[in-house]
Formats: sequence, C-alpha cells, structure tokens
Amino acid sequence: MNKPLRRVAIFCGLLVLALLIRVNWVQFVQSDQLKNDPHNRRVAIERYSTPRGNIIVAGKAVTGSTTTDIGDFKYKRTYKDGKMWAPVTGYASQAFDSNQLEKLNDAILTGTDDRLFFSRTVDMFTGGKQKGGNVVTTLDAKAQKAAFDGLGNSKGAVVALNPETGAILALASTPSYDPSTFAGMSNKDAEAYNALQKKNDPDEPMLNRALRQTYPPGSTFKIVTASAALENGLYTDVDAKTDSPVPYTLPDTTGVQLKNEGDIPCENASMRVALQWSCNTVFGKISADLGNKKMKAEAEKFGFNNDMIDTPVRAAESIFPKDNRPQNAMAGIGQASNRATPLQMAMVASAVANGGKLMKPYMVDQLVAPNLNVVQQHTPQEMSRPLKPENAQKIQSMMETVVKEGTGTNAKIPGVTVGGKTGTAQHGENNKDNPYAWFISYAKTAKGTPVAVAVVIEGSDTLRDDIAGGKLAAPIARGVMEAVIAGEK
Amino acid sequence: MSSITTTTTIGTFAAPSRRNTELALLVFAVLIPVFAYVNVGLAKDGSVPAGALGYTVGLGLLAGVTHVIVRKWAPYADPLMLPVAMLLNGMGLVFIWRLDQEPSLGKAMAPNQLLWSTLGVALFIGLLIFLKDHRVLQRYTYISMIVALVLLIAPVFFPGVNGAKIWITIPGLGSLQPGEFAKIVIAIFFAGYLMVKRDALALASRRFLGLYLPRGRDLGPILVIWAMSLMILVFETDLGTSLLFFGLFVVMLYVATERTSWIVFGLLLSAGGAVAVAGFESHVQVRVHNWLNPLELVNGGVTETAQAMYSFGSGGLLGSGLGQGYSRLIQGIAPKSDYILATVGEEVGLAGLMGILLLYGLLIERGIRTALAARDPFGKLLAVGLTGAFALQVFVVAGGVTGLIPLTGMTMPFLAQGGSSVIANWALVGILLRISDTARRPAPTPAPSTDADMTQVVRP
Repeated sequence: MNKPLRRVAIFCGLLVLALLIRVNWVQFVQSDQLKNDPHNRRVAIERYSTPRGNIIVAGKAVTGSTTTDIGDFKYKRTYKDGKMWAPVTGYASQAFDSNQLEKLNDAILTGTDDRLFFSRTVDMFTGGKQKGGNVVTTLDAKAQKAAFDGLGNSKGAVVALNPETGAILALASTPSYDPSTFAGMSNKDAEAYNALQKKNDPDEPMLNRALRQTYPPGSTFKIVTASAALENGLYTDVDAKTDSPVPYTLPDTTGVQLKNEGDIPCENASMRVALQWSCNTVFGKISADLGNKKMKAEAEKFGFNNDMIDTPVRAAESIFPKDNRPQNAMAGIGQASNRATPLQMAMVASAVANGGKLMKPYMVDQLVAPNLNVVQQHTPQEMSRPLKPENAQKIQSMMETVVKEGTGTNAKIPGVTVGGKTGTAQHGENNKDNPYAWFISYAKTAKGTPVAVAVVIEGSDTLRDDIAGGKLAAPIARGVMEAVIAGEK
Repeated sequence: MSSITTTTTIGTFAAPSRRNTELALLVFAVLIPVFAYVNVGLAKDGSVPAGALGYTVGLGLLAGVTHVIVRKWAPYADPLMLPVAMLLNGMGLVFIWRLDQEPSLGKAMAPNQLLWSTLGVALFIGLLIFLKDHRVLQRYTYISMIVALVLLIAPVFFPGVNGAKIWITIPGLGSLQPGEFAKIVIAIFFAGYLMVKRDALALASRRFLGLYLPRGRDLGPILVIWAMSLMILVFETDLGTSLLFFGLFVVMLYVATERTSWIVFGLLLSAGGAVAVAGFESHVQVRVHNWLNPLELVNGGVTETAQAMYSFGSGGLLGSGLGQGYSRLIQGIAPKSDYILATVGEEVGLAGLMGILLLYGLLIERGIRTALAARDPFGKLLAVGLTGAFALQVFVVAGGVTGLIPLTGMTMPFLAQGGSSVIANWALVGILLRISDTARRPAPTPAPSTDADMTQVVRP
C-alpha cells in the first residue's frame, strides 16, 4: 500500500502548493489592483482617516474637516459658502465619492501623493499622523462673490480669466449646490444627494455650467468671425465699408434670408458698425465668404474643437462644426451647430485682450505640502495665437465701441477701458425656447489687462431681442470686472 | 501484504521518542499566539489586554497537560502534530478574539471557542488514554456506517443556515455540525470495509485499454457513495461535504486497491455529478457565478466574496498588522468562521498566510507519514483517510475563500470559529497520534527461542 500512499502524499502536497500559488497571485500580483479598487471601502476609510488638506482661495481655506462618529470614517468634509465655491471645489463625500479638484488632487489632499513621501516618512518616525497638503487656487474671492451674487436666482454661469496668465479668477454656476449637505454618509446626506440629481431637479444644480455645459454662443461669436476676416485678409480696415446686402440670402438656398434684429444700419456697414449693432447679415456673409475651412481653423485657434482643456477640471469640448455653406454662415453668427462653454467664450475675450495671445486657463496655482513646501507651481503657458497683435488691436477698438456706444453700454466702468460684445442665442426648434443671454468683455487699466469675463444666462423669458445680453449679462460682467480692478489697487 | 516488510522505519531498536522536541515546539506554539494576542490589544487599545495572563496560563495549561498525557500514554507518537494543532488552535482563538473587538460583528465568540477548544483537547486526552490500540475501531466498521449515515442525513430535517443545511439545531443548547464528526466516523467505516474487500476489488478485474476495469458488482459501493454524496449536495445544498466524502472514498479506495482505474472512475463520476447538479441547483449556480465574477456588484452593493478579495489584496506582502485591518467589512458571522483566512491574509499578509498554509501542509504530510509507518492495513487506511479528509477540507475551504475554486460552506480546521469543528479535529489528531504511537513503538524483543537452544553446539 505504500506506493499509492506516496502518491497521495504528493497529491496533498500539490493541493497545498496550489493554495500557496493562489494566495501569491491574490496578495502579490493582484494586490495593488484590489487595494485601490474603487469599491474597496478601505480607500474611503483611508481618505477620511485624517483631516483632509484644504482648497485655498486668496489665502483662506474654503474647505474644512470636522470629526464624525457615524460609521467607520473619522472625518467629514465641510465647505464655507459651499454653493458659491462648488463649481471650483467640487465635492468630497464619504458616500458618493468626489469630483473636480477634490478628486483630481485627492492624493495631495489625503497626503498619499508620492511627492509627499518625505513628510510622510518624517511623520512615521515622529509618530505624527499622516497629513494632507493644500491646493492653492488662482480664484479671486471678491470677483467670485460678484459673479455668484450677480447671477442670483437666474440660471447661468460666469467665467473670469486673467488674460495675461490664463488664471481663472471667477467660476460661478447657478443654480448651485452646497457640497456640505451630502459630505457624510447618513440618510440625510443620501436624501440631499438624491434631491440634487437631474431626475429629481430639472435645474441640474450639480451641473458645472461654467465648464461643462455648452451653449450656442450667439452674437458673441462674431468676435471670432471678425478675427477670421482680419487674419485671412478678407477685410483689413475695420472702418471700411463691407459688401453686405440686407437682407442676406444664405448661400446654396432658394431665398432663405438672414435678417437683423430690429431696424439697425447694417447695409454695407463697416465691421465696427456691424459689431456695434450686432449685424447678423454682415458676419453671416463674412463667414460664408471665408468658407467653413478657414472659419473652423480660426475657431480652433481660440480653443474650439479641443476636448483636452484641463483647468485641471476638464472643460466640455466647444464645437465649431464642419458644415455646409448655409449652416456655416449661421455658425458664423454663433447659431446652427456652433456650441461653446462659458470658459471658451471667456478665452475668446481673453485672447483679444491679451494682444492675440491665448493663455492656457488654469485654476490651481500651487500644491503645498503639509510642511508648507511647494510641491508644484503652475507657470503660465501660451496655448495659441489666434490673432496678430495689430489685428488684436483692431478687434479691441471694435469691442470698445460696442461698450461705448453700442449694445453693451451697461458694462461701462468710469475711468476704465472696457471692451465687450453682447449676444442672444436662439435655441429650440423655430426659436421657441427662451434664448440665452451672453456677454463677454475685458477691462484695461493703466497697469495692464487684469480681467476678461464671459457671462451666460439661460431662459431670460422677458427679452427676446439682442438687447438681452446687454441688459441681463453685461451688469454681471461689469460687477466682476470692478471687483477684480478694485482688488488690484 | 508485502508492504509490511518494506516498512523500514520500525526496528527492534528503541526509536527516539522525540518527546522533548515536542515540548520545545509546544513552548513556541503557546508563545506565538500569546504575542499575537498582546499585539492585537496594543494595536486596538494601546494597552496589553486584560485577559493576557489568563490566556497565557490557559493555553500553557492545555499544552502542558496534553504533553504530559502524550508522554505517558503515547510516548512514541509523532512529535510535530500536537504542536502544529496547538499553534493553529491558539492563532484561531486570537483571530476570533481580534474580530470580537469589532462591534459590528455581533457578540463575542472567543470565550465560547476557548471552551470548545478545551472540550476538544479533553476528547483528545480521553482518546489517548482509553483507546489503547486503534485496531479496536475495526470492530465498529458497520456501526460506524450507520452512525455516519445518520449524521449525514440528520441535517435535512433541520432548518438551513445561509442556504446550506449542515446543522442540527437543538433548541436551547445550540447547534451542531454533524458533518465534522461524520468525516471521522466514515473514515473508520471505509478503512474497515476496504481492508476486508480490497483484494476482491483489486484482483477481480478486466484489463481494458491499459486500465483495470472493476467488475460490476464491485462498482456497487463506489456508486452508492457517489449517489449519497450527490444527495447531500441536492438535499443539504452542501457542496463542500459532498466533495469531501466522495474525494475521501476515492483516495482510500485507491490506496487500498493500488488501482489507478479507481481514480479515473472517481474523477469521471464526480465531474459528471457536479455538472449534472449544477445544471438545476440554483445555490450551486450562484456559487459558481460568484467564483467567476468575484468583484461583481449585486444590487449596487459589494458582495462578501468581493470583500474577502479586497481583504486579501489590501493585506499585500506583510499585512496591515494584527488588529489594524478592515476585514470587518465582510459582514455578518462569516468573518469569524468561513472567511477567517481573509483576516489572516489582511492582517499578517501573504507571509503570515503562507505560514499558516504551510502549517496545514506539515500536519497533512505528518499524517501521511503516519500512514506509511503504520504496520497494519487498517491503521494505514484509517490514517490516510483521516489525513485525506483533513487535506481536502483545508483545500476546499482555503481554495474557496481565496477564489481558487467555488466557495463552499465549510470551516478551516482549528482556525475558524465553530465548536463541532474544533472538537472533531482534536479527535482526528488524537486518533492519528495513537496510530503513529503504535507504528513507531519498537517491536518487542524476540523471546529467546527454545528451539535455538536445542541446536546449539555445546563445546565440551
């Protein structure tokens, strides 16, 4: 019987060997993957086991941490003025994961980032608890407040940039939400979270309209069309008459006419006058004359059709489509399939204001270790040059005319040079839905060009004509610009 | 029985008893769990747990008493099995106590487990004292068969727990897992039965395609056992027990007959049976599905299977340290019983888990060595049967929890919480020690032969 016994011994040895190989596979080969699996609750337990680092605006933290005793998490996230800052910070919730800066910089905020290795090692030896680092943003607290308060109860978004660096100064979206309400994991938190979801709240308070929502840009896009005309040499003098009939029949159509809003002097108007009164006929024809290819190329220089604009929170892709001639003419006045995020239109204003140089927009200036060492510092980067400096000058003078004596007079600031453009974008089939009111602008002081703004307001049901942008959106833009200029002094 | 003469480990010279080796190992088997216990306390509360002294004395006493008993009643027994069993039991108590510190896992179970362990050790001592020779068990071959059948069938009449009917519930007294005891009793029956029938099974066969095909009538018993194990699977929805008994029978049949054909038949029958049952038994289908998709979410929630995998993965190479893991995330009672290895894997890491698995491997190989050394066929068969059952159980449980094979509802011997299991396994080790004592005991010196005297040349 000993021969089979020896074989049974080998068989039993193989069983144990199989177990050993399996545990090596699970605990060594698959270990990291299992350890960091999003459904592995240990990840969240770790994240909330120490006070999280903070997101800083103008030297003050807009986030905080508080201890909790519900469940297995020790700390919970808190937010100051959560509704105002939510489009910047995003949320970090024990039960519902996190997003935006809270998610993208989680390793720094939690303290597990590789760049914090040194401070972690010191903590290990001194017996201190692991600490999280801070995220220092570029935002301007006063500008943000002006933007958020200006939007008030209406639905919309504001983006303000520093044209010289690309730093984001204001990023507001309304209606907003307070991330504190669902930072924990209680039933109350779950109710608050569910109430904010799109299916329960058609206003989508959790949608970051400033970065993630695209709108037809309407007449504000005429800046891009004017830029294309100058850059491609279609017109060189903004005060020279253009060849523009009123009404203008769209190319390749049998009598589909493009008209203007109201009785404005558009026939063969110069580009300056056309922009001043927002002539659809003039810019529609410019777009048609240049053709889809050139229009698209210019729009792309301003940042359209780029799905990789990371602030670091990724902005939705703004679209200038490849289209047929009549559609391309409509796209030239910001209609048809043309779509832009508020950030995109702020970038347009910013590029013009910065002498034709578009800076990459960003909102994280520094990542700071718990011991206050800077682990990452942002340096402003040039993204593209949509305009030659002399052409940028020309567009600026046109935009300044709009504010001085055109549709954008509501944005005037005494003692400051302001350039802007209004817009009212139709949407819905046959223009049946309420239009979007737009305003983009920049302000110049003796010291430079500190701010460019884009404002969009959805569903302004009282005003359907082109005045809407100037009436509703321009005052908000003015408020934001004033706040930035006041902060400069 | 040619093998008797080839067993060379036995001689008339006195083999070293190795009792002092056993004593030295037992010291470690007590000290390691004590250190682990203190470690848990320090990690959880920052202080040495209040029960540390009591636990040390208790475990030391258990080890000391068993050692003295073995020294007196089984002096030539294998020196490794007792320390390994003691160490596994001690570590099991520490892990259960460690999980008792998690309020979310319900009431404390370590005190009861200590009580059951003491009862198990008492049974172990009783066996060594009163079972002077394992061959006595041979007398109870057919009684064993009836007892085993009763033990296996009884749970059908009691309510199932967590989808498997493997419990006998006595109101007011608690519950019993008869399968654990049945495993020993059935090994006794198989050993006795096969010892008698093995020649018939081995020799009366036809040769076909290089395999010895058994006669139809000899195929009877294997078919009966096969049917029985399938019935356990169907009526008690207990994959583990079913696999264990069938595997045990095939292994013992192979050892008894030395015919590879029995293994082939065994594998074919078990594979066929498993596939057939899996076809209509939803419980088994769920287990297989969970095995193939361990991390799948069910109704948006993380399953126990996934939680166990996360435990293992998060432990990594060296583990989080005792008391510092989160295996409590595996909800319910299972973390202390079926899933106890997940806690081991998470808190002492790959290193610790491999250590525990190697301890099981060592115990198994010492068991088979006992079978090799045994001088009588019944002892050989019984030893290999008990060891085989133990090995299969370890493989089925550990393989199930780590995702090597589908999960079955069985407990890790000695380590996991469960009274029946710990008592039965102490009894199992007791019988193995008795067999090994008999095997390693030096043969009595031959009496001076009177015939020899007659033929001596007497020189004047």
